Amino acid sequence: MRRLPVLLPLIWVCSVFYVGIFLFVGGFLLVRLEVNRTSTCADVLSPGAQVKGDFCLSEPRFRRAVVLIIDALKADFTRYDPENTAPKPFENKLPVLDEMGSLHPSHARLYTFRADPPTTTMQRIKGFTTGSLPTFIDVGNNFASNAILEDNLVHQLGQVGKRVVFMGDDTWVSLFPKKFHRSLPFPSFNVKDLHTVDNGILQNIYPTMEGDDWDVLIAHFLGVDHCGHRFGPDHPAMAEKLSQMDGVIRSVIKRLKNDTLLVVMGDHGMTDTGDHGGESQKETDAALFLYSSSPLFSAPGSQIEPEVVPQTDLVPTLALLLGVPIPYSSVGQVLLPLFPQNGSRSAPTGLSQAEALWINVKQVNRFLETYSNMAKDIPPDSLSRLRADFSNISSQYLDAVHKGRLPSPELVASMQNYLTAVRETCRASWARFNPFKMAAGLMILGLACLLCCVISELSHLVIQEGFLKLPIFSGLVVGMAVATVQLLSQGYLELSWCLGAAALSSEVLFLWRTCGVSPKDRWCPDRLLTPALLVLFLRCASLLSDSYVIYEGHIVTFLLLTLSVYVPLRLNWDGLLVPLPPPDTQKPPLLRQAALPSSVVRREATVLLVWLGVLVGSLYVSLSFHNCREEQGSCQPSPFLSPLSRVQDSQLRNLHYVLSVASLATWVYLLHRWLRHYGNLNCSSSTVFSACFILPMACVGMGLHWAVSATPEDTFRNLSELISLAHVFLPRAIFCLLGLGLLLLWVNPMTVFIKSRTPVNSRGTFLPPPKYRASTGISPQAELHHLIPQLYQRIRHSLEDGGVEAGEADDRPAVEAYGLGTVYSAPLVLFCGLLGLVLLLLHPEGMALVFLLLLLEAGAVLHIHACSTNLSSLSVHSSGYSVPWAPVVSWSLAAAQFFHATGHLPTFPSIQWGAAFVGFPQGHTGTVLPASLVILNTFSSHILFAVGCPLLLFWPLVCEVRGKRSARLVGGEESEDAVMEMRLRENPQKFSSALLQLTARYLFVNGAQVFASVCAAAILRRHLMVWKVFAPKLMFEASGFIVGSVFVMLGLIMVMRVDIAVGGLFKKLLSQNSR
Amino acid sequence: MWDVEIRGMASAHAIIASSIFLATVIPAVFLENFSVYGTHMVWLYSVAGSVAVVNIAVFRLLGIIPPTKKNTLSFKINRLFRSCLYFLLSCLFYHTVVVLYGAPLLESALETFSLAVLLSTFTTLRCLCILGPNIQAWIRVFSRDGALSVWDTSLQITTGCSLVGAWLGAFPIPLDWDRPWQVWPVSCTLGATAGFLTGLLVAPVWIHWHRKLLTYKLK
Ligand SMILES: [Zn+2]
Ligand SMILES: [Zn+2]
Repeated sequence: MRRLPVLLPLIWVCSVFYVGIFLFVGGFLLVRLEVNRTSTCADVLSPGAQVKGDFCLSEPRFRRAVVLIIDALKADFTRYDPENTAPKPFENKLPVLDEMGSLHPSHARLYTFRADPPTTTMQRIKGFTTGSLPTFIDVGNNFASNAILEDNLVHQLGQVGKRVVFMGDDTWVSLFPKKFHRSLPFPSFNVKDLHTVDNGILQNIYPTMEGDDWDVLIAHFLGVDHCGHRFGPDHPAMAEKLSQMDGVIRSVIKRLKNDTLLVVMGDHGMTDTGDHGGESQKETDAALFLYSSSPLFSAPGSQIEPEVVPQTDLVPTLALLLGVPIPYSSVGQVLLPLFPQNGSRSAPTGLSQAEALWINVKQVNRFLETYSNMAKDIPPDSLSRLRADFSNISSQYLDAVHKGRLPSPELVASMQNYLTAVRETCRASWARFNPFKMAAGLMILGLACLLCCVISELSHLVIQEGFLKLPIFSGLVVGMAVATVQLLSQGYLELSWCLGAAALSSEVLFLWRTCGVSPKDRWCPDRLLTPALLVLFLRCASLLSDSYVIYEGHIVTFLLLTLSVYVPLRLNWDGLLVPLPPPDTQKPPLLRQAALPSSVVRREATVLLVWLGVLVGSLYVSLSFHNCREEQGSCQPSPFLSPLSRVQDSQLRNLHYVLSVASLATWVYLLHRWLRHYGNLNCSSSTVFSACFILPMACVGMGLHWAVSATPEDTFRNLSELISLAHVFLPRAIFCLLGLGLLLLWVNPMTVFIKSRTPVNSRGTFLPPPKYRASTGISPQAELHHLIPQLYQRIRHSLEDGGVEAGEADDRPAVEAYGLGTVYSAPLVLFCGLLGLVLLLLHPEGMALVFLLLLLEAGAVLHIHACSTNLSSLSVHSSGYSVPWAPVVSWSLAAAQFFHATGHLPTFPSIQWGAAFVGFPQGHTGTVLPASLVILNTFSSHILFAVGCPLLLFWPLVCEVRGKRSARLVGGEESEDAVMEMRLRENPQKFSSALLQLTARYLFVNGAQVFASVCAAAILRRHLMVWKVFAPKLMFEASGFIVGSVFVMLGLIMVMRVDIAVGGLFKKLLSQNSR
Repeated sequence: MWDVEIRGMASAHAIIASSIFLATVIPAVFLENFSVYGTHMVWLYSVAGSVAVVNIAVFRLLGIIPPTKKNTLSFKINRLFRSCLYFLLSCLFYHTVVVLYGAPLLESALETFSLAVLLSTFTTLRCLCILGPNIQAWIRVFSRDGALSVWDTSLQITTGCSLVGAWLGAFPIPLDWDRPWQVWPVSCTLGATAGFLTGLLVAPVWIHWHRKLLTYKLK
């Protein structure tokens, strides 16, 4: 077969897709410009005549502050209800907050603290230190947290010489490198570890507080958050953790001095499963508790209390209370109850409410001016309205100050309104798009889909000529030209436009060239009007509606089911499903001649229906493994999704364990069974070794690993060393084992066993001498061509029953070859099997069941395709090995279906981060390895189905009905034997073009879905749900496409590797036999 | 000859279609609070019942039901029994299929089964009326060359339309519009009924249009 002509068009198409995705995403995802200016003490001048000198030198309200951040301290955790007699593990565990609030109402207050989404820890730390609003693109940075460059509270505190001491979550240290006076970071990445960070803090916090080497103490506890991730909030461990925090707060309060402010806060909340990242109220609502030993608040009821405090408001409040300038880009608003209504209260130099607000308003206004000069994304009309508001407030305030009056309450209210309005304007306009890039990306993606379609229809042409030279070459030239022009005119290079121009020009040239092909070969769009593509169209259309994206798992199942049910209905409509009635009807004689015998038809139809049943069954069962989106109200996530160590009932845990191990064993058994059935396990090559030993060994290892990871921590105390060792080494050993298996498969992918045997000792099986001996005069090529079917016949004979042949004794050895019929599919199946185990290891244990279902479903799709090809082979005179659209669409739908069935969802909180710790329970130092583990986990179903894609081409040949094709193709003289995959070697040209066509179709189906979600994101970019539904969906669809296309190539390269090996084998065989 | 048959079929279809309308209108006169959404089950069974009765009556009057060789009473009873059995089995079959397509398994099982009854009335009952309890013939009818008469073609069209209608009816269910007709199984039953009505309308037109191409072999 031809290798480069197959790979080149696909690589080209994929890169065009990547460029399109890159362009669109670059224009779509919001980027907030960071203002890299900092506030200074000189900025904050007290208004008017009463110049108090340098703001930073004046005595602040509080000299010190202790900030306790309890990660994921949800608002619900802090409510205390004395009447609740049967509290849940997370209820009533922090009585200290309520106690303080009721005992000292002017010293303490508890608020609901509302975070802005995304509610991931790093985004939140950024949010409550800079006071700005996070943008969507920051979410991706969670693996590699990098330093905050914007002005922030830590920086400001350092500027005025306050000593900031930090202890806890080490994210802070990477966000604020070298900003702390002293820091005690503890590793935060290992979610399973509930105690390291907290115990580390507890050992250091009291000595530090009692010492005098600090002004601001920040302690970030992670135990509650990790407990949520590991066990969920509704678990005894959570009660323990919260009670511990209660004790911490009490001890800290005891040690507080009068000049110290205590802030206890959560950075975000958590869902009922203990996760966070989204924007549901459960995730955004954290708690904020403020306390001071000196009176802090006015008497309750004397002024309006905010019900909910936005998280941005903490920054200006803390800044003014501690006497530092408000960070430059903060858009928060001071928390008024903390400031006296008029400046004349006991606090020596406290700012009054109006003064604080005025400083705040001036700072926000300055930021707004700077930002609107830098970026033009704030709409001019709201900008001018805000400016008018500000000048109004400014003149009124200054007027009042000049006259020595107190600013009126109306003025205070209008300042508050101004601040709120700025915040809302910023929030709305930081949804900023680049429409040109988006349009270019859309166009390139749309054309790329068209391209895939054309390549799939014209695969025989694309493979023959140097069809692609011109488009690729011109693409490169245009890209270079654009780059040069940019460099000359602008002086710098904008990569995205160069790539875009290159991709677009090569696409257009290719399409233009296809218009020039002869009308015989011309591609006609009528062929695309098939029900399979209608289903694909529905699937793409469903991506444009938020409800359909939310229920995507069910929608995909519904469509897949429809497409599979359609197959037998269509066959019956064509009269192919049941044996034809006796030939008294006036059928065209041509058809009758080629018809399969009715027994064969009946058998194939039964097989088809049985596999349809398997498919439907596994689809239905797999629905119960789904995870839930927050939008799906009454949905319950599948119990199999939580790791075994989280199951509390030990009997249930054992049941789950047994189920998982049993399905793992079945997975291995089925693979082994299939390979043996087609005679692939007879030789003694390394591949067979990996099938017979590595697979079962990995299976046993995984069983052990699951058992170890499922044991509760405190059951085997004396074995804890061993267990922690097993946590590290068992998964790594399995990874190595499976990697070795994959490597062996690559080195020697052949599973063919060729045996020469003498007729004497073989139950009287005498095979005629190979016929190729007759053709001595012909070139080796021709001999090779003849040899293959011959060899194959022999295998069949020897495999079946040693069928007695009439041909009589020749004393030369007959050739016998096992596994030749599945020479291509066997390595690929084994490859998928090994890869599947790797991916399964990255999932929770319960997913073993789903992987078994996946195997069954993939087998069912393949068999249905094979049977329907067999049944329809007599009516449709298919040339070559072309795979129709229906199985390709089913294959891709199945991939999407199992994405959901393995507990994944196209949302960021549902990413299974636990995958990064399989084999690395201590966490990682780099970011590449954990990221790739998480990617493998997330897109495992895409990967498996992509690698297995060429099986769609091989399966009809594997399940070939014997005697059907050979009768038609080879002619009467040849005996009627199935040649299975050897047929592909008879016609390498058609093999290559079919492979190209299949892959192009698969890429088209996936690319069309990417295109649809890109369209959805572009059209609905102002939709209410865009950041919640469409943008994450786009990201997942695009990354799924990228991962999938890479693995499609890998599967293709595997097939080519096998092809080389088969060629080598026949060369060797030929030289042996003609000796 | 042809025109007569087509006209006969068109009028039969008109009668069946009007029976659906009557089944929707008449209960509203006798029952208080009757509405298609509100008392959906009542509406469903009234439509199913009337369609069943009218179908059986029409086909008996027209004599479409295939002649039997034997005419004994026991044979007739056997035949009737088998028809009932097949109808019941088809209800169960549709119920299973609908559940597999994503209908809730336990809750609102009655509603799901009612949808299955309605679908059986629109499809299986007509098969029973036209072809008798003979599964071989049913399978034969739903192939390209399987139609042996005008009635077979009409059966193909109405059955296909009803099923496609029910299938299309499932599409609005996940949308978050909160309309009364999005409640399970209202949209599917409405879709099936609309599909059936469309089939009844389309069949005579289509057959009339393609009458040159349709060459039925003699029975
Ligand atoms: Zn957090
Ligand atoms: Zn967390």
